[in-house]
Amino acid sequence: MKQEITVALAGNPNSGKTSLFNALTGLNHKVSNFPGTTVEKKIGYCNLNAETRAQIIDLPGTYSLYPKSADELVTYDILRNKAETNFPDLVLFIADASNLKRNLLLLTQVADLGVPVILALNMVDLAERKGVFYELDILAKELGIPVVSINARNKEGILKIKNLLLDESKHKKVTYFNINQVDQNLLNEIGEITDKKNPYAALQYAINAGVYLNNKAKQINAAFEKYNFNPKQFQELEILQRYKVIDDAVRLSRRQKTNHVIKNITQKADVILTHRIWGLVIFLSLLFFVFQAIFSWSAYPMDLVEMGFAWLNATIEKSLPDGVLNDLLVHGVVAGLSGVIIFLPQIIILFAFIAVLEDVGYMARVGFIMDRIMRPFGMNGKSIVPLISGMACAVPSIMASRSIENKKERLITILVTPLMSCSARLPVYTLLIGMLVPETAKWGPFNVHGVVLMAMYLLGFIAALASAAVFKLFVKSKGTAYFMMELPSYKLPVWNNLLITLYEKGSAFVVGAGKIIVAVSVILWAFASFGPRGSMRAIDEKYATLAMSADATMSSEELAAQKSAERLQASYAGEFGKWIEPAIKPIGFDWKMGIALLTSLAAREVFVGTMSTIYSVGGGAEGEDLNSIKHKMLAEKNEKGEPLYSVATILSLMVFYAFAMQCMSTLSIVKSETQSWKWPIVQFVYMTALAYVSSLIVFNIFS
Amino acid sequence: MKLSELKFNQIATVIAVQGQELSLKLFEMGLLPGEEVELENIAPFGDPIAIRVGEYKMCLRLSDADCIDIKVK
Repeated sequence: MKQEITVALAGNPNSGKTSLFNALTGLNHKVSNFPGTTVEKKIGYCNLNAETRAQIIDLPGTYSLYPKSADELVTYDILRNKAETNFPDLVLFIADASNLKRNLLLLTQVADLGVPVILALNMVDLAERKGVFYELDILAKELGIPVVSINARNKEGILKIKNLLLDESKHKKVTYFNINQVDQNLLNEIGEITDKKNPYAALQYAINAGVYLNNKAKQINAAFEKYNFNPKQFQELEILQRYKVIDDAVRLSRRQKTNHVIKNITQKADVILTHRIWGLVIFLSLLFFVFQAIFSWSAYPMDLVEMGFAWLNATIEKSLPDGVLNDLLVHGVVAGLSGVIIFLPQIIILFAFIAVLEDVGYMARVGFIMDRIMRPFGMNGKSIVPLISGMACAVPSIMASRSIENKKERLITILVTPLMSCSARLPVYTLLIGMLVPETAKWGPFNVHGVVLMAMYLLGFIAALASAAVFKLFVKSKGTAYFMMELPSYKLPVWNNLLITLYEKGSAFVVGAGKIIVAVSVILWAFASFGPRGSMRAIDEKYATLAMSADATMSSEELAAQKSAERLQASYAGEFGKWIEPAIKPIGFDWKMGIALLTSLAAREVFVGTMSTIYSVGGGAEGEDLNSIKHKMLAEKNEKGEPLYSVATILSLMVFYAFAMQCMSTLSIVKSETQSWKWPIVQFVYMTALAYVSSLIVFNIFS
Repeated sequence: MKLSELKFNQIATVIAVQGQELSLKLFEMGLLPGEEVELENIAPFGDPIAIRVGEYKMCLRLSDADCIDIKVK
C-alpha cells in the first residue's frame, strides 16, 4: 500500500485551477458528491514517486474565506474543519501572477487556519506581457512559504510541484494576521463555543456561523455583543491589514519593465465584443452558428451510431433463439437505448461549445452584456451562464447558479432554468422536426432543421424570462443584489481540458441516461407485451383462426402487424394510455403518446425510446433506425383515416416537451439546492400547467 | 467624484467605499482605497460598466459604482 497525502487545491476563480488539476491527475480522477450534499467533489490522484501518491481535492474558486455564495461555502467548509476526513495535509495554492495582490488575500487567510501552504505562481507569461516579473526567492522569503512558477496550460512546472509536495521539511505553517489585537477574553469565549484551538480559525468560524451556519449562532452573537465586537468592522480591518502584508511582499519581489503600455488583446477584443450593437449581434450570431453546427456536424457520427445499433440488433436477433429473451433485448433494451445514444454526437457538440466559450473567457462577457436585460426579470448577468448551460442539461446548470450571491435572484434562476431546452429535448425535437420538414430543406444557405430548432430554443428562453418576471412578484427578497464579476483575459482554450470535460459529461450522459432508459425500456416492454389474461388470449385465438381460414385477403405479415397492434392496445400500457386519453385528447395526443408522456416523466429523451419500443412492438421487426420510426409514426392514421401526426399534433407535442417538467433528476437537484420540497413542487406544477395550456392553444390554432 | 461618473481615458484613485456590506465585497475583489481604476467598457444598455482595477478587469453595476468615491489623477 502506498503512502498517501491529502492536498487541497485552492485559489481564486480564473486562476487556472482546473488546468492544474487536470495536469496533475489527468483522467485519474472521479467526480462525486460531498456526503449529504449535492456539492460536486472532484478528487484526483497523482503519483509523486514510487512510494507516495497525492490525493488532490479540487476546491471551488473563491475570493475569501468569508463566503458570499453557496459555492464559496463549500471551500470554507472543507478548510475549516480539522475533523473532516477530507481535511488536507497541505494546501496547494494557485495564483494568477498577472494579478497577484488580489490572489494572495485568500492565501493569507487559508494559511492562518493552520494548514501548510505552497504557492504555485501561474500565468507568469501573461504578467510578462504586461512587463511584470517576480523574483521568486524574494517572494518566498517575504511570504515565508515555498513558491514555484508554473504554466498550468502547457504543464510546465508540474515536476517542481510534485517535489515540493514530497518534501515535508518545506511544509510550513505561517500566520499573516495578528489575532492578538482582538480582545483575549472574547477569543477565549469563542474558542470554547466553537471548540477550536486556533483563535483565528475560531473567530472566523464564529463570524460565518452567525451568518451562514445556524448552530450556535445565538451563543456566538451574545458573545459578540458582550464584548462590543462588530464582525463586519473586524472583517474590514482584517482585509486591509492583510493587504498591507501582501503589498510589502509584492512590492519587494516585483520588477516592472517601463514603457509597457501597449493595449493588450483583451482590451481590443472587448471594444468589439461588448459593443452596444456588435456585442449583441456577435452573441446572437454565435448562438445561431452553434445550432447550425449541432445539426450539420453531427450527421455523419449519428449515421455511424445508427449503423452500429442496426448491426447489434441483427446480431442479437440471429444468435439468440426466438422467445421472450430475444424479444426483450431487441424490442426492449436495444430499441430504447439506440433511440438515445444516437444523440450523443449532438450533445457532445453542444457541451463542447459551452465549455470552449467558458474557457476562452467569453461567457463572462455574455453575463456583462446581458445583466441589464436580466435585471427586470429578477435575475442578474450571472444567471446567463446557468441559462445557457441549461441548453445542455439543467442539472449542472442549477448547480452553477450557486455563484449568484443574492438568494432571490438565485432562486428565480433555479426555477426557470429547466425551461431552457436541454439536450434531452434534442432527440424529441429532432424526431418531430424531421416529421414536419424534409431533412434536406434549405432556407437560403441555412438548414431549415437548424432554424426551427433555434426557434424552439428561443421559445424556451422567452418562456424562462416571462416566468421569471412572474416569480419576481411572488418571491420575497433577502439582502442586496450585486453584480460584480471578474472579466478574465481572453485565452486560447486548453484542448486537454476540453477533452477531459467532454469525456466526463459524455460518460455521465451515457451511464446516467442509459440506466434510466434501460430500466424504463424493460418495464415498458413488459407492460406493452403483456396484458390482462383474458383479452390477450382472445386476440391470440382470433388471429389463430384467421390464419387458419384459407380465404385470407391479407398476407401473413400484414396479419402479424395487425395482431401486434391489437395486442398493444389490449396490453397494460395500452390500458393506461386509454385511461389518460380523455385528458390529453384536447391537446391532440392519442393513447400511444399518453404512454410516452408517462415514461418521459423519468427523463424526456425516453420519449424517443418509448416511441421506438411502441412502434417496434406494434409493427414488424425491421430496423430500429430513426427514419423507420419516423415513417411508422407518419403512416399512423386516426379513426377518421387522417394522418394521426398532423401539423397541429406535432407542434402541440413540441410545445408540450418544451415547457413540461419531465425530469426527475432536475426536481431532485432543485430539492437539495433549495433545501425544501416547496420549490420543486412549485416548479413541477407551473411548468406542467404552462405546457398543457400552451399545447391546447397551439393545437386549436393549427387544427 | 463617483466611480459612476468616470469617463474613458481618465485614470483615478479610489478614495473610499460607502456601505459596509459593499465595501467588504469590493475589498475582497481588490477594489480598495488607494487602488487605481480606469473605465474600459460600457455594456450595451449603458449599465453595467467594466473597469480596470489595479491589474485586472471587473464589472459592476452603476448603482454600486455610485457608492465609490474616486479622485481623478
